[in-house]
Amino acid sequence: MTAQKVREIVSQHGRLSVPVAQLPDEGDLYGAGLTSLATVGLMLALEEEFDVEFPDNMLSRKTFGSIASLASAVEELSGRRASV
Amino acid sequence: MTIAQTQSAPSVDFDGILADVHRIGRDVVQPASADVDSAARFPAESINALRELQLLSAYVPAELGGMGLDVVEIGRICEALGHYCASSAMIFAMHQIQVACIVHHGRGARYFDDYLRNLVDQQYLIASATTELGVGGDLRSSICAIEVDGDRFQLTKKAPVISYGQYADQILVTCRRARDAAATDQVAVLVQKPRLEALSSWDTLGFRGTCSLGFVLTADGSTEQVLPVPFDAVLSQTMHPYSHIVWSSLWLGIAADAVTRARAYVRGEARKNPNLPPMSSLRLAEVDVVLNGMRNNVNAAAADYRRLLLENDPAAFNSFLFATRINNLKLASSQLVVDIVGRAMLICGINGYRNDSKFTLARHLRDAYGAALMVNNDRIMAHNATMLLALKEA
Repeated sequence: MTAQKVREIVSQHGRLSVPVAQLPDEGDLYGAGLTSLATVGLMLALEEEFDVEFPDNMLSRKTFGSIASLASAVEELSGRRASV
Repeated sequence: MTIAQTQSAPSVDFDGILADVHRIGRDVVQPASADVDSAARFPAESINALRELQLLSAYVPAELGGMGLDVVEIGRICEALGHYCASSAMIFAMHQIQVACIVHHGRGARYFDDYLRNLVDQQYLIASATTELGVGGDLRSSICAIEVDGDRFQLTKKAPVISYGQYADQILVTCRRARDAAATDQVAVLVQKPRLEALSSWDTLGFRGTCSLGFVLTADGSTEQVLPVPFDAVLSQTMHPYSHIVWSSLWLGIAADAVTRARAYVRGEARKNPNLPPMSSLRLAEVDVVLNGMRNNVNAAAADYRRLLLENDPAAFNSFLFATRINNLKLASSQLVVDIVGRAMLICGINGYRNDSKFTLARHLRDAYGAALMVNNDRIMAHNATMLLALKEA
């Protein structure tokens, strides 16, 4: 569910060089043309959609490397907020 | 992915090296600098003097025969050269950036280990071809691609600028990894003696001796000449931080030399009337504050980068915090060099404005204005503006 929504946002804001539909959830987004500057727009759109804030230490290639890693980051951040 | 950090050889006497740089600065680089500037010609005598001191391989690790100097020490050499001839200092700095890319990202590959040993013996000069006609100055995208056939490649690139391209032994060229690769899927290739067809001339306000003409570059070679890591890693871990540190260092040299001239001028004024300090001595005290701030900023960034290299944590280089900090160094130093030279000129007055006075600051000022343009500050500021949207903590 989260992954599907993340996929839509990556498609709109990732500025990838290949169609997102061709990428598996674990596919390497940087390999697909994601640049460091494009991650900013992606992050802002994810923050808006899921009402979360990515802390500075999560702004890494590990977090933004794939749709799956982004979905799990979003879920972790949503869970963190719910438990506060 | 690890970065091989250079370790300086225990026998290296850095103070002695720096004294040698100042010696050739006074004896060779400075005497040639006016002609280099007026004729917009390559400072061959300066680069040859640096070759004689084996300084083109200064950043090559000691185990491969180099001096194994670190980025802080390379920055100090750039600063020293900046006192005598900014074009010579810029060529030296740009060469060291390419050496650092190879040392950090090519080590362990047989071709590049052998190349670095040869660099020590032959004192090669390496140029760089990053920007390309048609990409709008964006280093992180390429139109050209290497065409690989078996273990050979061919490459053609239209580069709007290749500083000292005709005088270089090798050129580190960015391009797409393959014909079908995305524009951002780049590699860096060390090409040997490419064919260069000039696209433009180089008749500029300052940095005239860098001979930064545009060229169509055509090269072929072995696929071993491709750096074994993607260019975005080379850029974020080495080319970006190293460039801004060594450039800022040489701009510091320009600024410091301008202040040295201003000091000499004020001393002369003070001698005329020893009991009453001249008005300009206040201005000198003022510019000294600005120069100190610039120097501290450059030194701190170089020391931090050296520490990150020693910690060998590639993720640290990918952080927006590090990238914006390095960009801030470039933005600040490129503006301060103009500010400081301008203040020094106010102190020296008409003697600083004249071309034919020993206090002349004309070339300093012309060179200083180039700093904000090489990688335009507006582009850097726009990148920072984007990255700062993501960073939460100031």
